[in-house]
This record gives sequence, C-alpha cells and structure tokens, in this order.
Amino acid sequence: MADAFTFELVSPERLLLSEQVTEVVVPGSDGYFTVMANHAPTMSTLQPGVATVTTAEGKKEEYVIFGGFIDVLPTSCTVLAESAVSVADVNKADLDARIEAAKAEVASAAEGEAKAKANSYLAQLTTLNQQILPA
Amino acid sequence: MPSLKDLRNRISSVKATQKITKAMQMVAAAKLRRAQDAAEAARPYSQRMGAVLANIAATVSGDDAPKLMTGTGSDKTHLLIACTSERGLCGGFNSNIARFVRDDVRKLQSEGKEVKILCVGKKGYDILRREFSALIIDRIDLREVKHIGFSNADAIGKRVMSMFEAGEFDVCTLYYSEFRSVISQVPTGLQLIPAAAPEVDEAENVDAASALYEYEPDANAILDDLIPRNISVQIFRALLENVAGEMGAKMSAMDNATRNAGEMIDKLTMSYNRQRQAQITKELIEIISGAEAL
Repeated sequence: MADAFTFELVSPERLLLSEQVTEVVVPGSDGYFTVMANHAPTMSTLQPGVATVTTAEGKKEEYVIFGGFIDVLPTSCTVLAESAVSVADVNKADLDARIEAAKAEVASAAEGEAKAKANSYLAQLTTLNQQILPA
Repeated sequence: MPSLKDLRNRISSVKATQKITKAMQMVAAAKLRRAQDAAEAARPYSQRMGAVLANIAATVSGDDAPKLMTGTGSDKTHLLIACTSERGLCGGFNSNIARFVRDDVRKLQSEGKEVKILCVGKKGYDILRREFSALIIDRIDLREVKHIGFSNADAIGKRVMSMFEAGEFDVCTLYYSEFRSVISQVPTGLQLIPAAAPEVDEAENVDAASALYEYEPDANAILDDLIPRNISVQIFRALLENVAGEMGAKMSAMDNATRNAGEMIDKLTMSYNRQRQAQITKELIEIISGAEAL
C-alpha cells in the first residue's frame, strides 16, 4: 500500500475536495502525470482534462478540470483549478456552452499569442469533449 | 394642529413603512449569511494562490520578472477600479467607498498624475459621475447577476489585462469595502498592478521549498499565467466582500429605520391619544355647561 498524502482540489468558488489520497493523475500542460507521496516539489500548469484521484481507502474519484495549476510538495498536493466538476456531474450542455465560449474567444482574440492561446484551449476542450462524452 | 383623522392616517402609513423596512432587514440578514458563506468558500483558493505566488515570486526576480510584477517603470497613469453595490438603501456603504476613491483621485491629480476610473456597480458610478465624469472610462453593470461567480470577476480581470497590455495605464488599484463585521465595513484600496509582492507568512518554509521546486513548463511561463489569474481572484474576492459588506450595511441601516419608525409610531400614538382625550373632555364640558345653563 502506497503512502497517503493530503490532496486538495480548490476552485475559485469553493473547496471541492480535501482528503488523504495515495495517487493523483493530473493533466499537466506537458502531458498527464501521476503524483504519489514523496513526489519532488513541482509546480505545473494544467490543461483541460480529467484528474483521477485514488483515495486512501482505494476509492477512485474523477474530476474534470478546466485549466489551472498544481502545486506538489512531498507531503501535500494542491490543485488550483480555474473550474472543476466531478465527472458524474458533467453534462453535454455545459461542455458545449464552454466550447461555444472558447470559439467566441478565438474569434475575438487579437492576432498573435492571444489567438494561439485561445485556439489551443479550444482544441483541448474539443478533445476533452470526445474523451468523456463519446457520442 | 392635525386632526384625529390625519394622525390616524400618518400612524398607519408609518406602520406600513416599518413593515417594509423590517422585511428588508430580514432579507438582508438572509442574504448576508449567503454572502458570508460564499466569501468563506472562496477563501481557500485565494490563500493557496497567495502561497503559490509568494513561492514562485521568490525564485523569479530581477529583469526576468514579468511586467505585471515590476510595473512599466513609470507611474503616470493610474487606473482606479471602484467597486460598489448596485442598490442603495444600505446606509453610508457606497458613499464611504466613493469618498475614499475621491480623496485618492484628488491626491493623484494634485501630484500631476493622469487618472482613469472604472466603475463596477451603479451606485458608485452615480456618485463619482457628478465630479469626475470626464475620468470615468466605463462602468460594469452587475445588476442582472444574482450570484456573483468567478466568471464575472474574470471578465473584469481580462478587461484590465488587455488594457494593461495596450499600455493604457501604469498602475492599477482596486477599491472595495473590506468586510470586518456586520456593523463595520472599511473602504480599502488594493494595488493590483504592479503586483505588490505577497506577504509571506512562513518565510522560512517557503525559502526552503522554493529552492527545490521543479517548474513545468518553466517558472516564467507559470508566472505569466498565474498573475493574470491572481488579478481575477483578487477582484472576485473584492466583489464577494462587497456583497457581504453591502448586506451587512443594509441590515443595520434597515434595523435603524425600523427602530426610528417604532419611535415615530409611539410619538404619534401619544399625541393621537392626547388629542382624543382633549376632544372627549371638550365634548363633556360642552354637555355639562349646556346642562348648567338650563
């Protein structure tokens, strides 16, 4: 049994999860990575994706994260999500609305870096959409 | 001297007013609780954000640091974001913030700085417009918003960011009312850009940790992402505190109004009774003197 550590998932509006966990998989901006106890201190940006949390009791919980940061310390791990929802609560309408918003952003963004950023965000959202709602 | 009928009318109208203020007080109390819960729920995020920012700011310094932290190098143009409420009837809440902003505007102007004002909320706009209508560049209306979400704050944050990138101002300060307690809200100015280095509580802790941190993709990229978000978070926090403060101020203002109405009713009832008694006595005297005359 792996060691447990404290994991917190916070969005600007509230604290979603604060629990002892053994393993967390998060969508880092350079690809998915797994955090376990005694991980080296790391700070990374996150892209939209699904974070999987394995609690100390062995339960698996999944959250959809729409961008944010992760702050990893050997004894704790904090995800600062721009916005996060439990996978069970995700619905198509909400995702579609977000994609629409992202599209609007792409259309309105100035050329250059901002446009590239908005575009990649839209692409990530679309991938995410196909991933969790295969329909 | 008002007649008995006039007094009766006045008493019933004051009673009706009292009922309204009483109801408003109770509504404000319920909303206050909700606003406080919202502010409470938002606290972990801004705290963690502050910790992360302090951490990362310690490692990035000097010329590498993004402009948002170091500033543009001048402080000629100031942007003041004045956050007030959308509705009145909350005592001195809005005028306190407005006065605070006004003092600062005067101070900046006397130093020869250029001032721009961005109003969030209708009431502050109404007050500041009288004096500084030329300086107000825009106002943001949150009247339709029932519960302030992060997206509202984020929209303001993005707007501020794009203005900064366009070089429209050098220094940005956020004005809001800090919620101390139900009866005490303190107008506060918070400098957003350049970001004042966050205060580090556990200085030693952070120092020890930051040396070992790994950054992905790299510290500057994270900082570039983090600071704009921090601005939105600060605005969000200010808006939530404002809502809580507004409700607190409204509650005590309405409590006062209810009490005043009660006093007024007592006074009016007293003079009503006195006058009624006087009339009865007068009638009696008339009857008695009439009987005596016979």
